[in-house]
Amino acid sequence: MRVDIRTPIGALFVVIGVMLVVYGMLADHAIYTKSLGLNVNLWWGLVLLAFGAVFVFFGARREPTSATDVDRDAR
Amino acid sequence: MNQLHLAAIDYVIIATYFVFVLGIGFLLRRYTQSSTDFFLSGRSIPAWVAGLAFLSANLGAQEVIGMAASGAKYGIATSHFYWIGAIPAMAFVGVFMMPFYYGSRARSVPEYLRLRFDEKTRGLNAISFAVMTVFSSGISMYAMGLLLTALLGWSFNFSVIVSAVIVLAYILLGGLTSAIYNEVLQFFLIVAGLLPLVFLGLQDVGGWGGLTQRLTLTATQHGFAAGAWTDSWRHMGDPSANPMGVEWFGLAMGLGFVLSFGYWTTDFLVVQRAMAAESMSAARRTPLIAAFPKMLFPALVILPGMIAIALTTGGGRTGFALPKLADGSYNYDMSIPMMLGHYFPPGLLGLGLTALMASFMSGMAGNVTAFNTVWTYDIYQAYLRRDASDRHLVWVGRMATVVGVALSIATAYATTRFNNIMDMLQLVFAFVNAPLFATFLLGMFWKRTTGHGAFTGLLAGTVAAAIHHGITLPALAHAGIKGGWLGAVVHRYPSEMAQNFWTAIFAWTTCMVVTILVSLATRPRADDELRGLVYSLTERPRTEGLPWYKHPGGLAAIVLVMTVVLNVVFF
Repeated sequence: MRVDIRTPIGALFVVIGVMLVVYGMLADHAIYTKSLGLNVNLWWGLVLLAFGAVFVFFGARREPTSATDVDRDAR
Repeated sequence: MNQLHLAAIDYVIIATYFVFVLGIGFLLRRYTQSSTDFFLSGRSIPAWVAGLAFLSANLGAQEVIGMAASGAKYGIATSHFYWIGAIPAMAFVGVFMMPFYYGSRARSVPEYLRLRFDEKTRGLNAISFAVMTVFSSGISMYAMGLLLTALLGWSFNFSVIVSAVIVLAYILLGGLTSAIYNEVLQFFLIVAGLLPLVFLGLQDVGGWGGLTQRLTLTATQHGFAAGAWTDSWRHMGDPSANPMGVEWFGLAMGLGFVLSFGYWTTDFLVVQRAMAAESMSAARRTPLIAAFPKMLFPALVILPGMIAIALTTGGGRTGFALPKLADGSYNYDMSIPMMLGHYFPPGLLGLGLTALMASFMSGMAGNVTAFNTVWTYDIYQAYLRRDASDRHLVWVGRMATVVGVALSIATAYATTRFNNIMDMLQLVFAFVNAPLFATFLLGMFWKRTTGHGAFTGLLAGTVAAAIHHGITLPALAHAGIKGGWLGAVVHRYPSEMAQNFWTAIFAWTTCMVVTILVSLATRPRADDELRGLVYSLTERPRTEGLPWYKHPGGLAAIVLVMTVVLNVVFF
């Protein structure tokens, strides 16, 4: 694969995650009456951030492509 | 209905998404030179990427919105679309059919039909597929435009044009690879946007216990047994005992065997993703990898609908209720959008809307890439200019992309008749796809099948579907687009869904019988010409030496066992 798709996906989730976390820390807590009192921006933002970071990490590791010799033989 | 007001943060999140999808297009632009790059991703996509794209291409707005609508309308029985519908079909296409699709080096499903049968069978399939694809894409676009208008007060024209232009741009830039990469991105966004919705909805309704308790009320209010919304099989003995109005045989044969196999095994929209995989074993794993998330998707798309109707009839802490239509029935299609607006604060709301737009775009891109490939290889190169250069084909593909999007927009404006979008799609699939599965089954597993047989069988099957639809009607419906348009109404089905399933069964059976009879009466092709195209004349792809988690048969067995377990748990 010429461009590892995990990198842009990871980057998008990191960006959105950071946005949600920051917004979750700054915004007035009154907006969370909708979400049953939970600061969902903060919590879900952290989850997305972690997910994004994992993808960026694996995307950057440049693993050999998943087509192993066995795959090629099996054609 | 109250419109939502978006905060600046919501717009920023939506805009960030737009930047990324377009960015992926630009990133891939320089790798998109030959027609193989543009239409087949150079056959270089790893299995997990192809698998998620396989899933995501089907996950259009009509799937997300329509499945939640059906979840509210019919309850957990909607998961039959997954657990006896999609999953077994996906296992079948991976294990048994992909060796012919991928191994024959056909560039499209219609092209396989030309290799296996003849030119006219390919032409028939290519043209009907092209029409159907544009139609689906238009419906998806219509659903999205309507939704954004109702939800955000954006103009219908603006919503449709902006989304269409973005999809158009990234496909023009990076071709199929761009569509596939974005589908994977969109898959994760859809999950990220819907998971918190399910979580908050479940919190509000009082967990699984609170949900089933309220759904009991929903069921009894509609005059059904208490478990009609929460048991998937128990009330399928008689059509009058469940809200779908179908019985187990019509369900298993019509939806499970004919419609789902017809769709998942022969629809180029999904098969194209597997054809782009980097090796035979990756191509076979593509639908199997897709099957794992697919079997869990009811929790993401059907459950919100069930929560919505439970809260509407039983009440929750926050007073959520579905809006009503002018005729007094609930507007089921608004289940997910209304819940997004109800539970999501600014910030998360932007993500939720991004998820909806992502689902819309992935569905549309799937349709558009399938359309441009079939148009270019199977119509343009086959009938209009046989000697076209590779460069010229890429140009034609880009033009077809523009025209396909334009035609979808036109279709979007013509789609306003049915209340439940899913029912309508099932109807279209019944006419076109149902006979097709019989053709492929015979073509791949009975070498005696001839081109004349396949062609007449397909035509007969489609005609049978039309006639059956024309002489039957669902209960309470009037003759017209719902059926009965041939004058005499021979039979009334308990529901529209039952009628659709039986239309499919009749079409499939007719195609099967006619194909066999005509094949027996016509001259078969020599065995030599059919190597690699028919089961009995093709060497099995080698799988020994593959680790178990890459072995198609092993993966399929795991998928099927898990699906059986799900069916039993929610029996």
